[in-house]
Amino acid sequence: MSVQAVYIHIPFCHEICHYCDFAKMYYHEGIADSYLNSLNEEISMYIKDEPVSVRTIYIGGGTPTSLNENQLEKLFQTISNYFNIEKVEEFTIEANPGEFHEGHVKLMAQYGINRVSLGVQVLDNDYLKEMNRIHTVDDVERSVQLLQQYGLTNISMDFIYALPSQTLEHFETTLKKALSFDLPHYSSYALQIEPKTVFYMRYQKGKLSKPKEEVEAQMFHSLVNLMEEQGLQHYEVSNFSKPGYESKHNLTYWDNVPYYAFGAGAHGYLNGERYVNLRPVNHYEDRIKQGLKPVLHSEIVTLKEQVEEEMFLGLRRKSGVSDHHFKERYRFSFFDLYQEEIDYLVNKEWIVQRGDTISMTHDGMLFGNDVFASFLINDDVWNKKFPIDSHS
Amino acid sequence: MTNKRQENIRNFSIIAHIDHGKSTLADRILEKTKALTDREMKDQYLDAMDLERERGITIKLNSVQLEYEASDGEDYIFHLIDTPGHVDFTYEVSRSLAACEGAILVVDAAQGIEAQTLANVYLALDNDLEIIPVINKIDLPSADVDRVKQEIEDVIGIDGDEAILASAKDGKGIDEIMERIVTDIPAPEGNQEDPTKALIFDSLYDSYRGVIAYTCIKEGSLKIGDKIKMMQTDKEFEINELGVFTPNPVKKKELSVGDVGFLTASIKNVKHTRVGDTITLAKNPADEPLPGYRRLNPMVYCGLFPVSADDYNDLRDALERLELNDSSLQYEAETSQALGFGFRCGFLGLLHMEIIQERIEREFNIQLITTAPSVIYEVEMSDDEVIEIENPSLMPETQQIKEVREPFVTASVMVPNEYVGPVMEICQKKRGEYSDMQYMDENRVNIVYDIPLSEIVYDFFDRLKSQTKGYASFDYELSGYKPSDLVKMDILLNGETIDALSFIVHRDFAYHRGKQIAEKLKNLIPRQQFEVPVQAAIGNKIIARTTIKAMRKNVLSKCYGGDITRKRKLLEKQKEGKQRMKMVGKVEVPQEAFMSVLEMDDDQN
Repeated sequence: MSVQAVYIHIPFCHEICHYCDFAKMYYHEGIADSYLNSLNEEISMYIKDEPVSVRTIYIGGGTPTSLNENQLEKLFQTISNYFNIEKVEEFTIEANPGEFHEGHVKLMAQYGINRVSLGVQVLDNDYLKEMNRIHTVDDVERSVQLLQQYGLTNISMDFIYALPSQTLEHFETTLKKALSFDLPHYSSYALQIEPKTVFYMRYQKGKLSKPKEEVEAQMFHSLVNLMEEQGLQHYEVSNFSKPGYESKHNLTYWDNVPYYAFGAGAHGYLNGERYVNLRPVNHYEDRIKQGLKPVLHSEIVTLKEQVEEEMFLGLRRKSGVSDHHFKERYRFSFFDLYQEEIDYLVNKEWIVQRGDTISMTHDGMLFGNDVFASFLINDDVWNKKFPIDSHS
Repeated sequence: MTNKRQENIRNFSIIAHIDHGKSTLADRILEKTKALTDREMKDQYLDAMDLERERGITIKLNSVQLEYEASDGEDYIFHLIDTPGHVDFTYEVSRSLAACEGAILVVDAAQGIEAQTLANVYLALDNDLEIIPVINKIDLPSADVDRVKQEIEDVIGIDGDEAILASAKDGKGIDEIMERIVTDIPAPEGNQEDPTKALIFDSLYDSYRGVIAYTCIKEGSLKIGDKIKMMQTDKEFEINELGVFTPNPVKKKELSVGDVGFLTASIKNVKHTRVGDTITLAKNPADEPLPGYRRLNPMVYCGLFPVSADDYNDLRDALERLELNDSSLQYEAETSQALGFGFRCGFLGLLHMEIIQERIEREFNIQLITTAPSVIYEVEMSDDEVIEIENPSLMPETQQIKEVREPFVTASVMVPNEYVGPVMEICQKKRGEYSDMQYMDENRVNIVYDIPLSEIVYDFFDRLKSQTKGYASFDYELSGYKPSDLVKMDILLNGETIDALSFIVHRDFAYHRGKQIAEKLKNLIPRQQFEVPVQAAIGNKIIARTTIKAMRKNVLSKCYGGDITRKRKLLEKQKEGKQRMKMVGKVEVPQEAFMSVLEMDDDQN
């Protein structure tokens, strides 16, 4: 299967958000220059000859727009040296409101960026400050206008809910404001308090209180209702779009197909192997200077794991998993393996079966982890079905 | 009539509190006699099982034959008989002491005599053993040799100056100990020509040879091919093998008076070689067995259930295997509405129970749900019939009961002076009745209480240790049954009585315990898809109620390329957690919940 998706990680930020556990560091011009050279080196280790064609490219971070205009142009040039950007169907960059300028946007338009994902998080200046976000609500409005001015109308906004002490009403206010922009795509995630973040430390010390689970569930209900009322389809657990505006790049993850990943701390999936790059930036660069791929760790995904992932990733999509499609890939029916689990989940009204396709219900999405975990296979069950694991 | 060989035999044990250095001393003695090559000499040779090593206690006894050339130029045969160091195994200790003529009493120079040690010293004195006191760890900065000497004098009545000062770790004092074994401990008495009497002091099951019985020849002798008879069980066998441990097993054709070794005789179950029984010859039997035999009865019961019903047969096999080696383990099939098929098992005490549980989980790889341990209650019914109840869920209705009696123990707690208050407070809270208090020396007190065994089964020892900064040592023995105002408490989850959670409690504590356990379960049982009421009830009367709220949301909202491996691990963890839970009716209950009645944190004040 030829690889159709590329992820590129820019780990720099002007401020570090209190909840973020991605690979990131404070922006420094010299380090960023050097990093972009390394990135070029890294890509050249994978793409040796002619530029290749892919369907989607996604530049994420960190904050890609923390780069200055020269650096951004250099990044785009690097990408265009290895990939036929004119043939890319979806070319996304993540951007922080208020952090990029007209010069950035011009470059985006010039190099074929056709989708911008704005990290808005919440539309309330006090909360933004509390999260150590750099922007204000006004910045969001200005940024959207600026992008639209240059024809970048395929904009997505990201929001976080269940923020410390956040109420349902507060979240709904943010959502309504967000929907007033009438954008084609929105994502919204519940706050995860991850280790090694400021929020985590505050939480451990009891200085930060999460909304109750009941409130979080109500927020999810509200999210889905408000989005659907606006004609935005709930196409994945946390993603909503107008028809045709689903994130093609993110769908590759849930479709369980391969993708390149470049940059410090980036995760890729190539030749049946998931890998993660070294982080932080200095470790990543050191390895590249030795002429080696900067991979920290990789593991072959066994057939059993592929099957499990096919199911638990695929079920994240509203469209679910079709047995027809599954059979084409694995040469057996998932009903052979999961009939009992499927019956159980259908009975609980967490999934529905239409024809040969199973998909999660709204309730199922609330208990997604329970649904997904049901598709992990006990070793003895698997071994009975496949006495010799072919690892293919 | 004794012969020269018999005169040079010395049979002895080492008595010590945990951590006072018994195993190290045993190792030094082995070294002195060159019993092992250096390569074989791994530290603490006598503690064989992993579990023993981990817990630092000896569960199975061992005996070793050692040769020692004393300073008088003569060669002596030492038999070092190891004893288990826990109160659950008092009877076994008494039987292995009965195989000896002497005992080395090891006392930590810093900590002095502990309750268990004292109990074992009394056992040794009961068996008329010569005692050689050794004050160990004299090099510790906190060592107080004079105080310990005084204690030995006051408490045991042996001249403190007779004590050998030693540091087994550095080999200090070991030579003197070896010589004193020769000079102080008498040779075994008994007559080679008399009808054979051999004491069984331990046995273990070997899948190839059957039961291996550890025995000490008190009268007469045993030879390969002899037809033997167990005097208590009346079973007869023919000896296949005889031998001694040096500590590696060495086969012998004959064992005679004073010898300590092993025999095999195609015996299929340790139940035929009861500890304390006397082996005699079928053809020329002794008139009377050796004194001191007792049949051991379990004191503590609990239900063992497999988490997965599929493991039921494996669990039965595991218990069968363990029983081969452990005559004090009892079990019978039990069916619980909540937990399905399992076994009601009887143990000598809490440690014994924990060891068996751990071995089943570890060696047989069966995940268990253990119900809270219970003692045996005597229930006198209205029709005067007396029944024994070892399973709380089987307690009859209050109206049918005339009186409930529960087992009491005499508990001795030895502590430094300043902890007398806290110890008495714990004992009072545990429904103890004060019985006696003795000063061991100016600093240490032995406090004696009569306490219901059921209270000891709960967290008694843990609380003692935490309230006395670990200084308390503790020993108990059954004193008898007394009437108590006891009631059965039922726990209802989602409106259904969960039989495995029922427990028996004194009426005065019932209300408080009921509330506590309901709260505790609320915290232990994860949220389910629906609201679950938790209730505590006596008869039909609900005395406490709380609610586990329904789970509302459980989903990883962000899942992109990057973190798939990590998300998978999260899901796997969740699944594993689920598999360790038991479906009780519609409610998923984690294992810990069934033990929750145990860990009552009654810090009411």
